[in-house]
Amino acid sequence: MDKAAIVGVAQIKYERRKKDQIFADMVFDVTREALDDAGLTIHDVDNVVTVSNDFFDGRTISGMAVGDACGGQDKNISTVSGDGTFGAFYGLMRVLSGYKATIVVAHYKGSEGDINITTNGMFDPVFHRHLGIDAVSSAALQANAYMTRYGIREEDIAQVSVKNHGNAKNNPFAQLPMDITVNDVMKSRKIAEPLKLLDCCPISDGAAAVIIAGEDIAAKCRKKPVWVRGVAHCCEEYFLGDRDLSNPVALREAATRAYAMAGIRNPIEDIDVAEVLEPFSYMEPLWLEGLGFCEPGAGCSLITKGITVMGGKLPVNPSGGALSANPVLVAGLARLIEAALQVRGEAGARQVKNADTALAQGFNGPCGQSHCVWIISGTK
Amino acid sequence: MSTQNRQGELMQLTFAYPMPYEWSIGLYGSRFFQEIKEKRRFIGIKCNGCGMVYVPPRRVCGPCFKELSELVPLSDTGVITAFSVVNYPFIDPNTGLQRPIPYTYGYIRLDGADNIFSHIINETDLGRIHVGMKVRAVFKEPDRMQGNIQDIKYFDIIS
Ligand SMILES: [Zn+2]
Repeated sequence: MDKAAIVGVAQIKYERRKKDQIFADMVFDVTREALDDAGLTIHDVDNVVTVSNDFFDGRTISGMAVGDACGGQDKNISTVSGDGTFGAFYGLMRVLSGYKATIVVAHYKGSEGDINITTNGMFDPVFHRHLGIDAVSSAALQANAYMTRYGIREEDIAQVSVKNHGNAKNNPFAQLPMDITVNDVMKSRKIAEPLKLLDCCPISDGAAAVIIAGEDIAAKCRKKPVWVRGVAHCCEEYFLGDRDLSNPVALREAATRAYAMAGIRNPIEDIDVAEVLEPFSYMEPLWLEGLGFCEPGAGCSLITKGITVMGGKLPVNPSGGALSANPVLVAGLARLIEAALQVRGEAGARQVKNADTALAQGFNGPCGQSHCVWIISGTK
Repeated sequence: MSTQNRQGELMQLTFAYPMPYEWSIGLYGSRFFQEIKEKRRFIGIKCNGCGMVYVPPRRVCGPCFKELSELVPLSDTGVITAFSVVNYPFIDPNTGLQRPIPYTYGYIRLDGADNIFSHIINETDLGRIHVGMKVRAVFKEPDRMQGNIQDIKYFDIIS
C-alpha cells in the first residue's frame, strides 16, 4: 500500500444540545480547525467526504447540506451514511486512488430527532420494527447474551463506566466527566435489563473532522504525520437472530486483516493505546475480545487486572469513550482523532506515555453489525 | 406483468407514524425571523471577500470559504426570476393539511440581495404573472407570527 497519513484533526465540545449551531455551523468550525491543525488551506484539499444520516438529520441526502461549510465548493463531495471510521476509510481510499488530500467531516445532533424512532428505523419494517426494538433494547439483548454465556456479573461491566467517565475528566471535549463508583452504576435507573442509566451513553450533539493526505502533502504539514499502517472493515448478517451476539466475528475478521496489514503479531504487546466505540459499557470488553486483546469471555478481566486503565499496559479509551459523549457517526471519527492525538503526543492530560502505535475502532448497525479497525503510528 | 393487483396473495405493510424533529435555526436564522417580526422586512448577510449578499443569512460564503458577519437590512420587495404554477396536491409538513391547489412557487431576487429567495406568489393566472415582475412580501400580523417561513404569507405582484 502507498503511504497515507492523518495530517489534521478537529473536534468541538460534545454537548447535550447545541441550540446556537445548525449542522453547517458545526461543520464549518471543525473544517477550519482541522485545516489550521494541518497547516493547510482549503485549496490544498481536493475532495470532501461528509458523514451523516438522513433519518438522524431529518433531511434527504443529508450530506449535501454542509458542502459550503466544509469547503466543498467546486470539489468532489461524497457522503458516507455510517460511522465516521468508515467515512475516514473512504477518505483514505480517495487519497490512495490519486487525490492529494481528503477532508472527512462528520456531524450529528441527537438533540433534534427522536432517537428511539430513528434507531428503530434501523430494523426490518416487516418483522422487527413494530416490536419496538431500537439501539438501546437491542444492546440490552446483546449484553444479556454475552453476560449469560460467560457468567459475567453486572458489577464487572459497571467498572467500564467508572473508568471511562473518570478518564473523561481529562478530555476537554467530553460531555460527561464524572467521578462515580461501581455502586453508583448499580444503583442507577434501570433502562433495559441488564443495562442501567450509567451503562448507557448520553444523547449528544457534535462534529469532528480529519484530513488524510499522501506523502507529498504530509511532508509539508505543520504537525507530525500519523501514518495509516493498517485498516480493514467487515460486516455480518442484518437480522440479529442470524448472528451470535456474544461473538463479534466481523470485528475479529476486520482486526485480523488490519493487523496483517500493519504487521501486528501480538496486539497486546504491539499496540500502545486503544480507542474503541462503546456506547454501552458491556461493549468495551466484548470488542476487546474481538480485537484479540484477550480470550473470548475474558474482556472484563482486562480492567480488573488494571491493564486497560490509565497507566496500565494498554489504556483503553483515555478520552472517556462514547459513554462520555456519543454523537452517533461522529463518535467513531472521534475515536480515530483521539488515537491520532495519542500518537502525536498531543493528548494533554489524557496522554498515554510513549504511545506510538494506536488502535481505533468504530462500528455501524445494531450490536456492532459492521466494524472498522484502524492501526495508526508515528512510524511510517 | 405487474403484480400490483394480486391482493390477498401478496401482502403489504403501511406505516403512518410521524418522525418528529426539533431543528435548531441557529443565530442568523433566528435573526432573519426576528427581523421579520420586529421590522417587517428581510435581513441578509454580506461577504467581505466577494461582496455577495446572501438571504437568508448564513455563516459561510461557499465560494470564498470565509466567515460572514456583516448583516445587511433589505426591504420587503423583490423581482420574480422564475415561477411555477403547481397543480398537484401537497401535504404541508408543518400542519399535515393539504395546501389548496393550484399555487405558485416563486424564485424571487429580493432587492439588495444577490442570491434568490423562494416563497409563494399570490397569483395563479398565467396571463398575469411573468418573470421580471416586481413583488412585495405580505406578512402575518405580529401576534400571529411563530418564527417560521409561514410568517411570510406570500408575495403580491405590485407591478
Ligand atoms: Zn464570498
